[in-house]
Amino acid sequence: MNQEPLEKPLYINLHARLPYAYSAGRYVSRFLIALRDECKILATKCERCSIVLTPPRLVCNQCYGPMKEFVEVGPQGRLATFSVINFPFIDPFTGVERPVPYGYAIIQLDGCSNRFPHFLRETDLSRLRIGQRVQAVFKPDGERTGAVTDISHFEIIEP
Amino acid sequence: MPKNVAIIASGQTNHTSRRKDVNIPEMIREAVDRALTDAELTIDDIDAVVIGNMEHFEGINLSDMWASEGSGAVMKPCMKIATGGTTGTSVAAGAYYHCASGLFDTVLAIGWEKLSESDTTAGIITAFDPIVERLTLAGAIGGLAIEANLYMTTYGLSQEHFAKAAVMARKNAQNNPHAHLKHDLTVEMVLNSPMIAYPIHYLDMCPTSDGACAVIFASEDRARRLCPRPAWIKAAVCRHNHPYIGDVWWDRSTLESAAIEAYKIAGITNPRKELDVIELYDPASYALVAWIQHLHICGPGEGGKLIDDGSITMEGDIPVNPSGGVISTNPIGATALIRVAEAALQIQGKAGARQVEGAKTALATGFGGSYWNEVFILSDRL
Ligand SMILES: [Zn+2]
Repeated sequence: MNQEPLEKPLYINLHARLPYAYSAGRYVSRFLIALRDECKILATKCERCSIVLTPPRLVCNQCYGPMKEFVEVGPQGRLATFSVINFPFIDPFTGVERPVPYGYAIIQLDGCSNRFPHFLRETDLSRLRIGQRVQAVFKPDGERTGAVTDISHFEIIEP
Repeated sequence: MPKNVAIIASGQTNHTSRRKDVNIPEMIREAVDRALTDAELTIDDIDAVVIGNMEHFEGINLSDMWASEGSGAVMKPCMKIATGGTTGTSVAAGAYYHCASGLFDTVLAIGWEKLSESDTTAGIITAFDPIVERLTLAGAIGGLAIEANLYMTTYGLSQEHFAKAAVMARKNAQNNPHAHLKHDLTVEMVLNSPMIAYPIHYLDMCPTSDGACAVIFASEDRARRLCPRPAWIKAAVCRHNHPYIGDVWWDRSTLESAAIEAYKIAGITNPRKELDVIELYDPASYALVAWIQHLHICGPGEGGKLIDDGSITMEGDIPVNPSGGVISTNPIGATALIRVAEAALQIQGKAGARQVEGAKTALATGFGGSYWNEVFILSDRL
């Protein structure tokens, strides 16, 4: 028997398809249903410290107090920060490459304490700056499914 | 009261983009063998193993089981700790806690990753909320790009400052036999490389590496018996963060919070003076510039100045990342443990061509998740 280590060990390709299903929970379900049925972005307000957070949730992220009151935030806001993504990668949602370039926006929605990430239609860096006013663009009636993609993207509404 | 604990030895693979010649346990075994050789011990001398990697990266979730023959954990207590980018500092903290509790005397910490075996960005995205946040996330690169943009805009810095950090790191890496990227770069080369996610260029970003790191921790009695110059753990502090990217904001830094606590525990009042070397988890070049301020080495927005005036180069008063750092080498589950191992090598005087002369106090960090951080301080004396 040849005892030398192999020059070229084998390299095995495996492609797995693993379906998952997730519970959105009571708070986020209400948020998704409001996107679908009313084109509204919902947040929750803290009973103790009055902070407003989206997506809605059971517990305040600052004081651990209960969040029971639902309030509407946006649909306008400001660009808190952004990037334009140019590199290709596999989207774990679809298993295929996500189309690039795309604008990645972190939005300070009006009336909201934290920020909201979403797509930005504009990818020309010369037309983008931190602090710009933006607005959510919803998908038309009949196309919304109760997902964050019911907002198709955000668009710049001031130069 | 916790017992005193030291790092007595470490071992690393020669990190590279694709280790097709070994499988995962074989790769881990390389690092463990090197650490045992460094300590002049055998696996029989190890009381417990703490191991970690980034779940989902190789599609293997029970990695502690899968790797147990490579790690030497069979018929020993073994604990897996997986906290994403900070996995390496978390396994180090786990090994430290094992010894500091008095329950174990000699503990092996292992971090590993074989990033070549799947899509790293897809793997990172699976760490985030599937319903709300995965949609727009572009893995670590997108998440870092938005902070880099904000930092640049807030303090009026240019992409050139980040490029200079990339040049410095890859130059330092040339002194490290374990480093992955050791290119001779210029600022122009970095700025002319493709813009992968504004304002981060291809050459600003860390690579994806295959590699493993193993570090041996020992209780005080054992350390003194086994090692002429142990690297004593003075502080190990962790700060986690909110889960959503939209909740995290950079005016409340987990790195700063961890550093302040670590300085307090270690009795450090002037970090710029009292630290001799820093191994900072810098996933992209801007991070090396931006995060130094959170360690109170400079004031807000002054990180660029430290690059310009040479303070953090190998010749400066406080070298940062003599190893080349994360932007030169990044097998993610091992990456933060490499920071701790490199800091220990500096204290032990065993860092070879990347040795900072007379280093007595070193700081190492781990970064991961939704911008959370861990900080270690090591010293040559208790
Ligand atoms: Zn509150």
